[in-house]
Amino acid sequence: MVEGQIPIEEYQTGNTKHTWDLQKLRSAHKIKATYAYKKGDVQRGYANRTLYVNLTTGTIKEKPVTDEMKKLFTGGRGFGLKLLWDSIKPTTRWNSDENELLITTGPLCGTTQYAGSVKSLCLSISPSTNIICDCNVGGFFGPYLKFSGFDALEIQGKAKEDVIIVIDGEKGTITIETAPLEEINTHLLSEQLTHMYATENTDKSRQKVSVVSTGVAAEHSYWGCLNFSFYDIRRKIPRIKQAGRGGLGTVMRDKKIKALVVKVEKFDGVSNHPADPIALAKVGTKLHKEIRDLDRYQCNMRAVGTGHLVEIMDAYDLLPTENYRFGSYPKASKIYSPHFYDLFTKVIPDGCWHGCTMACAKTVDGYTVMTGPYKGQKVTVDGPEYETIGACSNMSLWDPLWILEFNFYCDTYGIDTISAGTSIAFYMEMYEYGILNKERCDGLELCFGNADAALEFLHRMGRRDQGEFLSVASKGIRRVKDWIIKNGWGDPQLVNDAGMESKGLEYSEYVTKESLAMQGGYGLTLKGPQHDEAWLIFMDMVNNAIPTFQDKAEALHYFPMWRTWFGLNGLCKLPWNDIEPANNAETEAPPKVPEHVQNYVDYQNAMTGWKVTKEDLILQSERCYNWQRAMNVWMERGQRKDDWIPYRSMGPVTEMEYTSRKDRYDKQLVQKLGLAQKDVEKMTVKEKMAVLYEYRRNQYQKLADAVYYRRGWTPNGVPTPQKMVQLGFSDKKMLDMLKKKIDADEKAGLNQWGGRYQKSEHPPTNEKHYWKKWK
Amino acid sequence: MEQPTTVKILKFSPEKCKGCLECEKACSYVHFKTKDGGEQSAIRIIKTPKGFTMHVCDQRGLCLDMCPVGALTRRKNGVVWLDKDVCVGCQACVAFCPIGAMRKSNVRIEPFKCISCGACVRACPEKALELKEVTLPPLKQVVYHKLGA
Repeated sequence: MVEGQIPIEEYQTGNTKHTWDLQKLRSAHKIKATYAYKKGDVQRGYANRTLYVNLTTGTIKEKPVTDEMKKLFTGGRGFGLKLLWDSIKPTTRWNSDENELLITTGPLCGTTQYAGSVKSLCLSISPSTNIICDCNVGGFFGPYLKFSGFDALEIQGKAKEDVIIVIDGEKGTITIETAPLEEINTHLLSEQLTHMYATENTDKSRQKVSVVSTGVAAEHSYWGCLNFSFYDIRRKIPRIKQAGRGGLGTVMRDKKIKALVVKVEKFDGVSNHPADPIALAKVGTKLHKEIRDLDRYQCNMRAVGTGHLVEIMDAYDLLPTENYRFGSYPKASKIYSPHFYDLFTKVIPDGCWHGCTMACAKTVDGYTVMTGPYKGQKVTVDGPEYETIGACSNMSLWDPLWILEFNFYCDTYGIDTISAGTSIAFYMEMYEYGILNKERCDGLELCFGNADAALEFLHRMGRRDQGEFLSVASKGIRRVKDWIIKNGWGDPQLVNDAGMESKGLEYSEYVTKESLAMQGGYGLTLKGPQHDEAWLIFMDMVNNAIPTFQDKAEALHYFPMWRTWFGLNGLCKLPWNDIEPANNAETEAPPKVPEHVQNYVDYQNAMTGWKVTKEDLILQSERCYNWQRAMNVWMERGQRKDDWIPYRSMGPVTEMEYTSRKDRYDKQLVQKLGLAQKDVEKMTVKEKMAVLYEYRRNQYQKLADAVYYRRGWTPNGVPTPQKMVQLGFSDKKMLDMLKKKIDADEKAGLNQWGGRYQKSEHPPTNEKHYWKKWK
Repeated sequence: MEQPTTVKILKFSPEKCKGCLECEKACSYVHFKTKDGGEQSAIRIIKTPKGFTMHVCDQRGLCLDMCPVGALTRRKNGVVWLDKDVCVGCQACVAFCPIGAMRKSNVRIEPFKCISCGACVRACPEKALELKEVTLPPLKQVVYHKLGA
């Protein structure tokens, strides 16, 4: 029996149609620089050269990728780190002329047979943190960049007027062109450029173009994101995925880049020229079949994407609500995934790259915009993903339509939904306490649940509002904390404890109060509190599988290394553990998903012709992870003081929070802190909170001790030269810098463990300078 | 666009089959210019204790919705067609075909399938195969949730 389907040509989104005078737009372009290159094939996953563009000087050149570079840095984010190391200074800040915006691929990026083989890794010095921020993102740009001839794109300098950079893989040219007349906001700009640069007026031709853009809000806020397009031949629009974290879109606009365009000439299933395409197709097809058979019983990604997490997080008290004060909420069921399933248009395939059958990229087509400059128009909203829904629950927005509205405007204005949502949630809490008010917020009534005000906040960024509040608030929580404290509006401890940022970056959307390991997963990180390094809440809190500091440190070694590996290869993490083999629970290490780890060993070997083992994969990551940490140290960051996290992520900041989970906390005072039940009963909430405060903060320091030791760092969190040599590095500049830093720490008394240990306990080692004997 | 309402699919008479596999050889010649049959044939004749069975595409077209680049289409004659010049070799259709009739040979990355060309029918010395016209129900509902979502 035929079940029937919608022919590709007949599918309609119902969106408002635009007609552009592309001729006029294009004729306003002035070519500032042109470079012709020799097209070449990708071999075993590598194009074997990178592309360098300097917008200040107009220089465009190729750089070779050496075997040494592949050995030490693998690819993707690793290549990005290497290129940054060669180009920036320790004093480089996000808006320095020499800061770079990098888009890198990786040897497995662009494979069509294995789900999730699409990620571009974007790196830059972030405006939020002023250290390296790396973001991974789907969409066609990465694969097309590689198939056009380059493993990475490195952009340095700043243009004087708005430009686009066009990589034409068909002609073999790179041009820097002014683009004065095009729109800035993504949903319009990516459509204009896709149509403008497609060779023919067909959907198949448009599918060979990918655009990176941001939006108007990225110009003044520190939350600018990069939107990577992927043309959908069924919906007939360029859809988008975001490199959201850390303000890379802000860097892009600071460089006066309006967009990056890449056009691929041709590609097929073996354009990466894998060493063993048969083995590769075999392992990929095996995973496709697993997704076919099991996804609906596991994560249901194919139907609702990552939004399936909302109901799980709510059930386990992990869904951030009202600025992480609570982990669940009576109204949360209004935003459970079935409500989004009703809104999503059910068209398959929905992957952000060809062959990703996990297909988590869902859309709402024909959505009628409710506010702002596009009010009344019908548009496609890409998402919302879990993090965006969580950002909205954090602001106490419980209507799926407002979540879509927030999602749409963040995307098209070019800002990160996570940073924007987490920040606005913090402002709302400060508003509730009267620390902020209508006057201090330039007339915005930022109370929890006020969707109109949250959207108006975005629209003011969209109008380049430069009022005092907006100009501080759009730069994120760290700056607002300083602003509030400077004005003496609130208790500094409350402000610092409640604002959910670390290293200057806003938290992503999980409540970590009851999982110490996950507090480390957010705090003991390279770029800031982002869940892409480790997600240990279930292992730690629900299953209690890593009870000791040593266990937690092992997890905070293995998982960040393992997850880093995806970024070195241009892969998405989701097909690793958001689908599991049917017998995974019976394996020796279910959280690692051993069968899938083996898949990746087989996959990298099939692509590159190497003979790596699963231990080698971790080694590849460890090199880059340590290199990035060392670069942070080089920039005067990346030490224990920088791994500070706000108390809201460790425990109850306010009496209301304590009281709302009183039984849990009282029980812990008895069971974990050893207080007598009758004493706890006599204590006031304030007294109990104070005891818990000291205990939990000390727990975090002890965790940091264990983790630093496991990772091969000093007690101040600095990678040791001995460790770097073990990993295979011999770069003298790097080794000397680390040695000097450790010597300086020694003089300053910083090579000391941070935790306070009782008599029955001990730090990871009592040996001083334990790293010196490492060979 | 006018949709076809009928399609020719293969019908097999197991009682006539002697297992000579001439059909497979003819099929692999159509697809790969080789008479090897086996994994290079879109039709497979399988010997079971109860006799021979045929395994081949029934032109249902559940795979059409799986293709990210539009390489799979239903042609005017109703046959589900894979354009290997458009195909990017992702194997989604291979893995998601509910009866495993979309096949992949080690010779190339793009899969292949039965195109109801009749080469096997003509090659069968026992007349065990025939192409029979069947009606395609004019359904347009999205089948997405039945495909694993």
